[in-house]
Amino acid sequence: MNILYFSLLALLVPVAQAQELAPDVLVKSITQEVIAVLKQDKDIQAGNPKKIEELIDAKVLPHFNFTRMTQIAMARNWRLATPEQRKDLTGEFRTLLVRTYSTALSNYRDQAIDYKPLRAKPEDVEVTVRSEVKQSGSSQTVAIDYEMEKTPDGWKVYDVKVGGVSLVTTYRDTFSSEVKERGVDGLIKSLAAKNRQSERERAKSSKT
Amino acid sequence: MAKRLCVELLLAATLAGCATTGGNPADPLEPFNRAMFSFNDAVDGAVIKPVAKGYRAVVPGIVRTGVSNFFSNLEDVWISVNNVLQGKFQEGFEDFGRVFINSTFGVAGLFDFASDMGIQKHNEDFGQTLGRWGVGSGPYLVLPILGPSTVRDGSAFLLDTQADLVFQIGDVRTHNSLYGTRAISNRANLLDASSVVEEAALDKYSFVRDYWLQRRRNLVYDGNPPREPEEPDDEPTKK
Repeated sequence: MNILYFSLLALLVPVAQAQELAPDVLVKSITQEVIAVLKQDKDIQAGNPKKIEELIDAKVLPHFNFTRMTQIAMARNWRLATPEQRKDLTGEFRTLLVRTYSTALSNYRDQAIDYKPLRAKPEDVEVTVRSEVKQSGSSQTVAIDYEMEKTPDGWKVYDVKVGGVSLVTTYRDTFSSEVKERGVDGLIKSLAAKNRQSERERAKSSKT
Repeated sequence: MAKRLCVELLLAATLAGCATTGGNPADPLEPFNRAMFSFNDAVDGAVIKPVAKGYRAVVPGIVRTGVSNFFSNLEDVWISVNNVLQGKFQEGFEDFGRVFINSTFGVAGLFDFASDMGIQKHNEDFGQTLGRWGVGSGPYLVLPILGPSTVRDGSAFLLDTQADLVFQIGDVRTHNSLYGTRAISNRANLLDASSVVEEAALDKYSFVRDYWLQRRRNLVYDGNPPREPEEPDDEPTKK
């Protein structure tokens, strides 16, 4: 039933149209779509992580440039990685970020999201889309900014800033000390181990 | 008491620093900090987090918001002072307006009407004021129970606690129960964020540290920090 629902949504927003959207309109429409599904889907509300990941896979991931994200997190160590290692790193980092994002989404409870007007010139190829999330139970807002680049397939997110802090660069120190101690392969192994461990915990908690 | 504890802690941290070497230049006290971080994590897991979860499960949302607003309103007084100390008179005036509106129409701060009217809350403390005045953050420092800080912010926190309106209340029992309620309310507001950190972090200690240091820098400059010198290979030419 949900597959049907997703394909219906997909029909409503043809890919060709998404490519022409302005970056701020794109972020806003994807967020609204995702929230609409979150609010309706009983399985997601019951905390089914698989369902949330499917939703992200279908709606959100196509608009992210994970290679560039991994590159920024790796900083100067990106040079040390072979094309094969770069592919593995990007894959594991992507899994980690998707799971993080789905955890954040599963916590969503009617927070109001406010989008700031886009300050960009029409010829800009990199823009920042700013939004503010008002947390329930607190008058503090959290700024969430999307750094986006223009590509032939439409606008892509290459960094997300929470409270003004880049999520991707927050990984830099961990990555570089890992590479220094255990090499690029060591970092890939650590990422893979973290991903497997989280998967096991998730499997355990969904059984109980 | 809390003050003495902090002073002793700063001393201990400084001494520990002499004997250690760390990988990150911003964190020369890493071994001490890591130990304190695990201690805090253990206390949080055993006591604070379960109580905060219970609080969130039992107390209705509208009441929790009221509690959170009440403490937030008291905070705005010191936030206002800090804005003025940083020469941001307009912001300071807005904070004062928030306190006035929320204390009267908002029934002693239980409702945050000021935010609904579009007068936004600011995030200031004396550590940020010192930062604005040009005082560097100093080494990263994990405080017992209070968590991530720096030598500058930890020292400034001593003044923050003195200026804290809850601290001014003479009656020890009232003031302790207010402290407790505030701590639980704050922790309950962070429950979701901490579950995200669990998923995100490869090494929780360095993830929290790196996030925290960047976040403080961002707060000192009110969201527009000067660009840090980028490493040449940070973002090589795109394909």
